[in-house]
Amino acid sequence: MYQVIGGIISPVNDGYRKQDLVAAHHRVAMARLALQTSDWVQVDPWESEQVQWMETVKVLRHHHSELLRSLPQTEGQDHGRARSVAPTAVPELKLLCGADVLKTFQTPNLWKDAHIQEIVEKFGVVCVSRTGHNPKEYISGSPILHRYQHNIHLVREPVQNELSSTYIRRALSQGRSVKYLLPDAVISYIKDHNLYTRDSSWKGSSTQRNEGKTD
Amino acid sequence: MENSEKTEVVLLACGSFNPITNMHLRLFELAKDYMNETGKYRVIKGIISPVGDAYKKKGLISAHHRVIMAELATKNSEWVEVDTWESLQKEWVETAKVLRHHQEKLEAGSCDHQQDSPMPGKPGQKRKWVEQRQDFSQKKLLEPKPKDVPKVKLLCGADLLESFAVPNLWKSEDITQIVEDYGLICITRAGNDAQKFIYESDALWKHRNNIHLVNEWITNDISSTKIRRALRRGQSIRYLVPDLVQEYIEKHDLYNCESEEKNVGVILAPLQRQVADANS
Repeated sequence: MYQVIGGIISPVNDGYRKQDLVAAHHRVAMARLALQTSDWVQVDPWESEQVQWMETVKVLRHHHSELLRSLPQTEGQDHGRARSVAPTAVPELKLLCGADVLKTFQTPNLWKDAHIQEIVEKFGVVCVSRTGHNPKEYISGSPILHRYQHNIHLVREPVQNELSSTYIRRALSQGRSVKYLLPDAVISYIKDHNLYTRDSSWKGSSTQRNEGKTD
Repeated sequence: MENSEKTEVVLLACGSFNPITNMHLRLFELAKDYMNETGKYRVIKGIISPVGDAYKKKGLISAHHRVIMAELATKNSEWVEVDTWESLQKEWVETAKVLRHHQEKLEAGSCDHQQDSPMPGKPGQKRKWVEQRQDFSQKKLLEPKPKDVPKVKLLCGADLLESFAVPNLWKSEDITQIVEDYGLICITRAGNDAQKFIYESDALWKHRNNIHLVNEWITNDISSTKIRRALRRGQSIRYLVPDLVQEYIEKHDLYNCESEEKNVGVILAPLQRQVADANS
């Protein structure tokens, strides 16, 4: 029914001010290194380069319009004035996330209801399971999510892996090896730039701004 | 403790490695960090010893491929390497024997090393040191401690530890020898279960000081069985095994429904051997 044609990793803006968040240019560089060998997933630094933090729905809107712009234009009788693309040819942009993010939809004041609706109605969500989370529960517990559940695809990870960035940062600050948990190129980058050492953890604001973000 | 007083350790991992996964490789990293952090040990090498084809496990593809994949996986490792001795034997070799083989190899290598070991400094200084040694042989302080032979220890997950309980899979004298003469480093999520298992076995309990349980907090379910299943179903194993291993598997179409049928109906070598021993 679907054919996945691309993947985009969009690191959050520094303005998000999450604790221990290292500078965006590092996070973008590391993602790029990690994706060096991928032939379909890439990093897009647009979100991180904006002047301030922006809501997820705006990021989705941006990338969707970029997708539309990059489509081949059909110059028919309109002579290119109007773009006419067959509806079936338009790719859909879906938000990929872990079950923990789906849960954050419930946190009061974290997401705007209108945004949640737009995300599940206009775009769609692909949600990968995570230990300790029950995404079906989150969906049934929310009227909006429940209404658009057909547009929320739950992916069960056949190989459970509780790896998280939090774990990685902790291991690094304790001088422990993270080899085989991260691509070698990313580990080298972290070492070269002295990131995530015991002393370098940035004590950013621990109060989260709007919207929960995964590691 | 000074480096010279620490026991040098070589971690030996036996297994099918069918195929090798990032989880296998993680075992080495976790064990090394743990042992080094005790302050008593210094891990100097890791050895991956893929089992021979004669093991006759269901779905076990040829050792040739399994060895190559392990070598690809450890290409970028500075301290973990693959050893083919076990895989090249015509008959299946008990784990205790593999441990013994590697320990003896280390001892033999150490003797040669001590005879030829280069002394620090210029040749002139070397002579001087030798002279001093003869003069002050009674003053042991000046005599450097002969380098102890590194100790081989078996690295494994909790599944191997608990397989000790499977009837006829292990010889009880082998289990005793492994924990008594060598030692076990077991990476596990369920530390309590492992401790209970040790507690309930007299042999293990007696040598519990030689069994190191390393707690791995994050669940890492990457097992070779799941990898093979994913491959049969056309699912991606990217990021679960090193890229070079994934490419090799794809290029040679190593795992499919046919390969999984290998050795079906054949009795596992250790079980076969116990029966043979019992009858002899």
